Amino acid sequence: MEERRISTAGAIKNGDLLTRLSMIVMGLGIAARGQLVKGLLILILEIAFIVYMAGTGIHRLAMLPSLGTVEQGEVWNEAKQVYEYTAGDNSQLILLEGVITCFVIAGIVALWVLQLRHAYRLQLKKENGEHIPTLKDDVKSLFNNNLHITLMSLPCLGILIFNIVPLVYMISMAFTTYSKEDEHLMLFDWDGLHQFSRVLSLNGNIGKQFWHVLGWTIVWAIFATFLNYILGMVLAMIINRKDTKWKGFWRFCFVLSIAVPQFVTLMIMNIMLQPSGAVNVLLTNLGLISSPLPFWTNATWAKITIIVINLWIGIPYTMLQVTGILQNIPAELYEAARMDGAGPVKIFFSITLPYMLFVTTPYLITSFVGNINNFNVIYLLSGGGPTFVGDTAGQTDLLVTWLYKLTVDQQYYNLGAVIGIMTFVILTIVTLITYRNSGSYKNEEAFM
Amino acid sequence: MELEKNKLSPRKRAVNFLVHLLLAVLAVIWVLPIIWIVLTSFRAEKGAYTNTFLPQAYTLDNYIKLFTDRNVLNFPKMFWNTFIIAVICCIVSTFFVLSVAYSLSRMRFGFRKTYMNIAMILGLFPGFMAMVAQYFILKSMGLTEGSAVRLGLIIVYSACTGLGFQIAKGFFDTIPKSVDEAAVIDGATQWQVFTQITMPLSKPIVIYTVMTSFIAPWVDFVFAKVICRANADQFTVAIGLWNMLQKEYLYQWYTCFAAGAVIISIPIAILFIYMQRFYVEGMSGAVKG
Repeated sequence: MEERRISTAGAIKNGDLLTRLSMIVMGLGIAARGQLVKGLLILILEIAFIVYMAGTGIHRLAMLPSLGTVEQGEVWNEAKQVYEYTAGDNSQLILLEGVITCFVIAGIVALWVLQLRHAYRLQLKKENGEHIPTLKDDVKSLFNNNLHITLMSLPCLGILIFNIVPLVYMISMAFTTYSKEDEHLMLFDWDGLHQFSRVLSLNGNIGKQFWHVLGWTIVWAIFATFLNYILGMVLAMIINRKDTKWKGFWRFCFVLSIAVPQFVTLMIMNIMLQPSGAVNVLLTNLGLISSPLPFWTNATWAKITIIVINLWIGIPYTMLQVTGILQNIPAELYEAARMDGAGPVKIFFSITLPYMLFVTTPYLITSFVGNINNFNVIYLLSGGGPTFVGDTAGQTDLLVTWLYKLTVDQQYYNLGAVIGIMTFVILTIVTLITYRNSGSYKNEEAFM
Repeated sequence: MELEKNKLSPRKRAVNFLVHLLLAVLAVIWVLPIIWIVLTSFRAEKGAYTNTFLPQAYTLDNYIKLFTDRNVLNFPKMFWNTFIIAVICCIVSTFFVLSVAYSLSRMRFGFRKTYMNIAMILGLFPGFMAMVAQYFILKSMGLTEGSAVRLGLIIVYSACTGLGFQIAKGFFDTIPKSVDEAAVIDGATQWQVFTQITMPLSKPIVIYTVMTSFIAPWVDFVFAKVICRANADQFTVAIGLWNMLQKEYLYQWYTCFAAGAVIISIPIAILFIYMQRFYVEGMSGAVKG
């Protein structure tokens, strides 16, 4: 059965009275043409929506522009010798309810469009004397041709409620004064782009920190992604060499380190590299150093340490992932190169690397994105430190760990939201540029 | 074997020797921290820092204390919390991931491309950003206090797993379509194709999905910390271990931390090594396209 393409405008223009009445009484056209249960369900949803809007929805929507005006009062109760609080408006709740109400309205609009089109489709079917699917048919098709609806509704609902709604809510915070600064935790107001200009400005303290954190985030992501990638590939090639013995044993040694949960290894590394930690003890006992190395207390040391430890964590991953792909490189390519007298280094840079880059660009993009958002490594290793007095961001903080500090520790929610949005913007730009310029996008058949 | 060896030129032998030496050094670097933590978990001396790299005396007390000292940091309770969360998450996320991956791989519908694009865009937001707002939403639902925290954590871990369909979809894509078509001609519905044909053919990816979603709550740290906040009796293992390394507990609990780390690492390491081949298959399949 081929479904007809039907536009909403067409349904309104060409629909008969029952179909057009569905614009007001949702589900009417559907119920009247034999799909009684479906029509009734839609009607019930419409009634529920009206009840919700009349009850709280309109009020919530009306509060959204002001985000509440009544301040929390504080009255000294002489008899009890305590301050008593009178309830004020809770802007954060008002904002959340407002956002949810907007989603409810969007949902009902979508339902309205769908039911209208469906009513018109049924009308056409009836006019042409086609069979109108009964409830039983519909349920059956949910397990046959419409199986995707059955399978995907719940996951989609989960994503909508626990990812999209929170994201929109958080994004909207960026445009408010919701922050511990100036005590705007209970009652706050819309603030336009003020926080964005604070973050992006080159003068203020926040702006300075932002550009510093951004710079380090990008340096970190580049080092973490490409060093891991190239060294992991070299390791995989060394193990896969024809003359290397005990391949399985070597692989096992490296895989063991990823098998241990990452947060455990990170915390162990943090402790081992403390001024009086195991590494400094070992080096002192061996007589190599006289005073402890400042792994976490000196900004440059901390940055290098983080990148090196990330190699320890990342190289085995890359090794696992590229092993299979490396074996797919056509052997003729290597033979031809050897005939031409190319050495191993030349072969690596002129054959292996281009081939791998070509095949694994999507993987590289994912791992770059993952590294920009790599919360665990930074938070558990250096905690973002060392931090200068008066700063909220430490010298090794990434945008994402700074976001954590701003929201959870400092409660500067609006600044945190701005940082989150900036991260998204940067990631989008990076992804688009690399994807557009990648070999697999420009020339899909280069190595086929 | 002997003959082959003799054929190798001295230069090649030297290269071979150097390669193996390099691998040995690297292997030591990679394995040493793991051995060190295992040794530390048996260390008799108290405290986080000692003057020697290796412990001077060994004991089982750290493991005993971990499971019997329930006053300050109740490790058995944390273990139980995490276990319940992991089991439920595992069921829900496996269903979500496989459903979405199967639909996107096998069914053709208008929303398909849109869904994949939305998933890609959502993936570019820092996961932590939604987290802050999720906390407020869970709070308004009353899921951030008392034992409801568990439910909150389950929701946080499993609700959005439908976005992580890539590896499973890559696997389903490799199953020939002709298999489904033959079944449909024989009168099977899509549901029967999904449950009775594709699933039995996809054991590796099912096992892989089950294991990754079971492991996730054990190794997550930041989400649990944000949702649990101060609800100490709802802590998961990861927060518990993290707490043992905070200043107030460090001296008393450091060796117990090592013991706890060993205890949860062993099952996860076994699961991981077992599912490694599925991981490699899934990755190289997905990347090759």
